[in-house]
Amino acid sequence: MAYNKRFDGRKFDETRPIAARVGVIPEADGSAMFSIGNTVAYAAVYGPRELHPKFLQNPQSGLLRCRYNMMPFSGAGSRVKPGGGRRAKEISVVTEKALLPVLNLDEFPNAVVDVFIELPQTDAGTRCAGITAAAMALADAGLTMKDLVSSVSVGRVDDKIMVDLSYKEESYEGEVADIPIAMIPGTGEISLLQMDGKISREELQTALELGRKACLQIYEVQKSALKEKFGVGGKIG
Amino acid sequence: MTLLVKDKDVVVPGEALASGMDYLPTSGTYREGDKVVASRLGLVQVDGRLIRIIPVSGKYLPKRGDVVVARVTNITLNGWVCDINSAYSSLLGMKEGVSDFIARGSDLTRYYNIGDSLMAQIINVTSQNMVDLSAKGPGLRKLGEGRIIYVNANKVPRIIGKAGSMVSMIKDATNCRISVGQNGVIWLQGTPAAELVAVSAIRRIEADSHVSGLTEQVKAFLDKNKVVA
Amino acid sequence: MVKLGDSFREHVLSYLDAGVRFDGRKLDEFRPISVEYGISHNAEGSARVTVGSTHVLAGVKMAVEKPYPDTPADGNLMINAELLPLSSSVFESGPPSDEAIEVSRIIDRGIRESKVIDTKKLCIIPKEEVWSVMIDICTINVHGNLIDASALASVAALTSAKLPGYEGKVVKYDELTDKGIPLAASLLPVVVTVFKIGKHLIVDPLPEEESVADARISAAVLEDGSIVALQKGGGLPVTAQEIDSMLGLAQAKAGDLRKLLSGKKLK
Repeated sequence: MAYNKRFDGRKFDETRPIAARVGVIPEADGSAMFSIGNTVAYAAVYGPRELHPKFLQNPQSGLLRCRYNMMPFSGAGSRVKPGGGRRAKEISVVTEKALLPVLNLDEFPNAVVDVFIELPQTDAGTRCAGITAAAMALADAGLTMKDLVSSVSVGRVDDKIMVDLSYKEESYEGEVADIPIAMIPGTGEISLLQMDGKISREELQTALELGRKACLQIYEVQKSALKEKFGVGGKIG
Repeated sequence: MTLLVKDKDVVVPGEALASGMDYLPTSGTYREGDKVVASRLGLVQVDGRLIRIIPVSGKYLPKRGDVVVARVTNITLNGWVCDINSAYSSLLGMKEGVSDFIARGSDLTRYYNIGDSLMAQIINVTSQNMVDLSAKGPGLRKLGEGRIIYVNANKVPRIIGKAGSMVSMIKDATNCRISVGQNGVIWLQGTPAAELVAVSAIRRIEADSHVSGLTEQVKAFLDKNKVVA
Repeated sequence: MVKLGDSFREHVLSYLDAGVRFDGRKLDEFRPISVEYGISHNAEGSARVTVGSTHVLAGVKMAVEKPYPDTPADGNLMINAELLPLSSSVFESGPPSDEAIEVSRIIDRGIRESKVIDTKKLCIIPKEEVWSVMIDICTINVHGNLIDASALASVAALTSAKLPGYEGKVVKYDELTDKGIPLAASLLPVVVTVFKIGKHLIVDPLPEEESVADARISAAVLEDGSIVALQKGGGLPVTAQEIDSMLGLAQAKAGDLRKLLSGKKLK
C-alpha cells in the first residue's frame, strides 16, 4: 500500500502548524518557545557566566554548552525516565554543533553560555524544534551571531519525499528515512544532518530542497517572534 | 546603495541592513559581500554612512571607566572579590578599597563585609576580562541598607537620562536615594511606599525605553503616584 | 545567587512593618494564579500552574506494575520533581537536589495521607497487577513559592488524568478510556507554605523574601480544613503559638486556592 496521502492530510512540502514566542522564561538571560504540530520545545540561555570546573575554561573564547531533555511525561507510550540517556546526550552534542557556526563567543574568554532545551510534549522532530527555539533564545540573550539557525526534519515515507515527519509517519510500517537538518538561513548551509533509514543521493537532494524551503518559513516565524518581544512596548500609565 | 531597513527598526542577527558599499558596518554589524548585516538583536541606528545596532538585551560586559554597583562575595589576602552582574567577578584591591593604610593581616570585613554593596569604578579590564575595581573617587561609596533591583544594562542610559535628568526626577518625586550602576544594578533607599513608586517608574522606563515622549510619561506617572511624606 | 548582607534582611523587615511587600502586595496576598489543563498530549493528565512569574508543569503517566508486598491490592503512587536548570540560574543538571526531593516528598505525603486516590480501585489483579500513578513536576520558571505552585499543578494534573486502555497485558497509551483516576474531590490536598520573617507571616514569597526568611511551614489542607501533611523548613525554630498562627493562615489561603481547582469535574 503506497503512502499517497499523509495521515494528517498535509501536502508533502507542508509543515505542521508552527508558532514561536520569545522571552517566555524571565529568569533566563534569553528564552523562547517553539512548537510544530504537537511538538513543543522551550529553550533557555544562561550566560555568559562563570564556568566551573576551571579546567574546562578556554582563555581564548567562551564555551557553548547545550542540554536536551524530554520531560518524563512528554513521550508517546510509557514514562521517560529522567536523567537522560545516550540519546539525549547525543542530541545535546549535535545541537551544540548545529548552533556553533553562527555564534561568536570570542568576547567572553573563560566563560560559558548554557542552553537548556526542554520538551513538555513531543510528536517527532524534537531536536529540530529544540534547535529552532535555542537559536531564538541565543539571539534574545543578546549574543553575537552572524545569523539564526532554523531546523526541520525531512525524509521519505515509502516512495514519497516530505518535510516534518510526524511520529505516526516515523512509525510507518513501510520504508522510512528520517533526516533532521538545520540550516543557516542567510547562506543555505547545513549545520545539522543525521539520518535514520535509507535514501538515495538523488532523493536526499530533493529532500534537502524541501527542507530549505521549510527552514525559510520557520526563519520568518523566528524573526517575527524576536521582533514582537522588542517591538514598541505599551504605553506608560 | 540602498538602506533595507529604517532607523530604529528592531532587527535580528543575520538580517541584511543595507546593500552596496555606501554604508559602513560598525558595532553589532558586519559586511557580507555587498551587504551590511546585523550580528545581534537590537535597534538599527543610521548615522550618515555608519550603521550600528543598539543592543536591547544581553549581559553586562565590563568596560574600563564604568561606575557599577558591586557586591562583595568573598574576601582574600589582597582585597574583596565582588560580583558586578556580569560573567566575570572583579577584585577590589586593598589599596583601592579605602584611603586608610591597611596593615597586613588586618580584618578586611571592617571596611566591606560579605554581602555589602558599593558604588565602584572599573579601573582595568584585561584581555581575559579580569576586572579591577576602585572605591576611591567622587560618588564612590559603600551603600547601606537598601533595596537592589536588576535592569538590563543596555537600558541604563535611558534610566539615568540626559545629564541625569530622569533619575533626578524620580529621586525628587519620591525622596529616595538612588544609585544606578552601569552594570544594570540599581540601589534604592527610601520609605517602602516611596521605593515602590521609584521601582515601578524604573520598570516602566526599562520596558518602554525606546518610546518617544518617555520623560513626560514618567513625569505623569510620578505625579499620579505622589508619595505622601 | 550572591548572598545578601544582613542589612538586606532589615530592609525586607521595614517593608513588612509597613504592611507591604517588595512588589506592593499585602503580607497574606498571593500573586495572580492560573491553572491550565491538558498541556501535554502524551501524558494521561497534565496541568500548567503559574503563580506570578513562577511557572511549573505537572504530568501524570500511568503504568501497570506489581503492587508493593505490604499493599497487595492498592495502586502505586510516585511523585518526582525536576527542578530544571532551564528555570533558574540556581538549579543544576544532575541527580535530584535536596530541594527537589523535599518538594516531591511534601506533595507525596499530602496526596498519600489525604487518601484522595481510592487506591483499591487501581488494583487489577491483587498481588500481581495494579495501576501505578506517576506524577512528574517540571519547572519552567522559578521566581518564589515553588512548593505551593508544584503541589497545585500536581493535584490539577491528577484531576485531569484518564486511565489508558489495558488489554492482553498491554497498556494502550494511545487509547485513553473516559475513566479518570478514582478521586474524592473534598480530599484533594492543597499545599500552602507560610513563611516567617521576624514577627511577620507571609505567603507566596518572592526570592528575596525567601532568602531572609527565618522559618517556613508547608501544610497540605483538605476541603474541611484538616491538615494531612506538614513540613517545617528554614533555619530557625518556631513556637507552638507561631505554628498555630501559621496554620490558620495556611488553612484560609488553601480555601482560596481550592476554588481554582473546582472548575474541574471529578468522578
